[in-house]
Amino acid sequence: MQNKSTEITVGMFVAAGIAAIFVLALKVSNLAEFNDEVGYKVIAEFENIGGLKVRSAVTMAGVRIGRVESINLNAETYNADVTINLYGKYDTIPIDSAASIYTAGLLGEQYIGLEAGAEDEFLQDGDVIDLTQPALVLEQIIGKFLFSKAEGDD
Amino acid sequence: MIDTIRSLGRWGLSVFERLGRGHLFLFDTLRGVPELFLRFSLVTQQLFSVGVLSVFLILISGLFVGMVLGLQGYNTLVDFGAEESLGVMVSLSLVRELGPVVCALLFAGRAGSALTAEIGLMKSTEQLSGMEMMAVDPMRRVIAPRFLAGFISMPLLAALFSAVGIFGGFLVGHGLLGVDDGAFWSQMQVKTDWYDDVLNGVIKSVVFGFVVTWIALFEGYDATPTSEGVGRATTRTVVHSAFAILGLDFMLTALMFGEE
Repeated sequence: MQNKSTEITVGMFVAAGIAAIFVLALKVSNLAEFNDEVGYKVIAEFENIGGLKVRSAVTMAGVRIGRVESINLNAETYNADVTINLYGKYDTIPIDSAASIYTAGLLGEQYIGLEAGAEDEFLQDGDVIDLTQPALVLEQIIGKFLFSKAEGDD
Repeated sequence: MIDTIRSLGRWGLSVFERLGRGHLFLFDTLRGVPELFLRFSLVTQQLFSVGVLSVFLILISGLFVGMVLGLQGYNTLVDFGAEESLGVMVSLSLVRELGPVVCALLFAGRAGSALTAEIGLMKSTEQLSGMEMMAVDPMRRVIAPRFLAGFISMPLLAALFSAVGIFGGFLVGHGLLGVDDGAFWSQMQVKTDWYDDVLNGVIKSVVFGFVVTWIALFEGYDATPTSEGVGRATTRTVVHSAFAILGLDFMLTALMFGEE
């Protein structure tokens, strides 16, 4: 029954290969997170987004509650319109929450941190977050620091 | 002088002629593929010799490549205090590049050369003509099952290679160098994207599988039917496959990851 054992080993090979793809999908990459991405979208307008990218994390109190869906330049105000996709289960975020762009670690990725406001009304699909704080651009800070230093020396 | 130009011209013509024959051969092979699903046992036999017999080589190489990546990556990353990113480095380099490319090179060496030698010997011992005499089309009976088997095996082998490699990187990173295992896996999951990284790697391995099997079968089918001719055809399979893999890898990488 050489034919039978051949078929069994081939079956095991194919199964192992497909299992490897599953491991890559679920254990290595972020496919498992796609399930809870049905949510609602809000827009935040930032003066400067620094290195924020599509799919960057959106957190509140350090917990990820959504992702950046798209980033566009607003043609009228010349600010960046960031569309945020918030997970559906976090539907009680006050409407006057503030969004800021932070950096994870000194050289890490940039993400949006939301700070809860005090209003009783909650953010709905399509709402706009008014209170925003732009990303800190290191060159600008160093530039300002050097400038103030030079002024102080006079 | 005229002779040099003439030999150059002859060389150019023969290259184009071979290219043309190669493509006609590919069309003939592909035409034989659909009816294979009715007689899948033919493919199973080839999956065994092309795929299963390569698994051991792929697993061992993948493990060692991953372990080396872990060691080298750690030594570089520790200078920046970013050794926690080891998992990201290992997984991205394996899934995007090394998995498909190194696996395809090994596949060309292990399975491709064997295919060429087999077909070439079949040709030189006139088994293929014998089949034609019996009204059995060797393209459908011999070539097409091998082609489909190579095309199926390669992505599976590449996925095994990447998975085992990441495990090897984890063994070295966590076991030997003491990188935190939570950070290793979680950072890897955050930075490795299913569509952009894993799926593009799988697409690469599918393309490589197609090209390597095609080259191997064509070189065998087109070999001069002598022992010397078969030997040369086997060498050409490995050389041409390596060129094709690395050249295509550059183009695919430029297409997939170039626009960022």
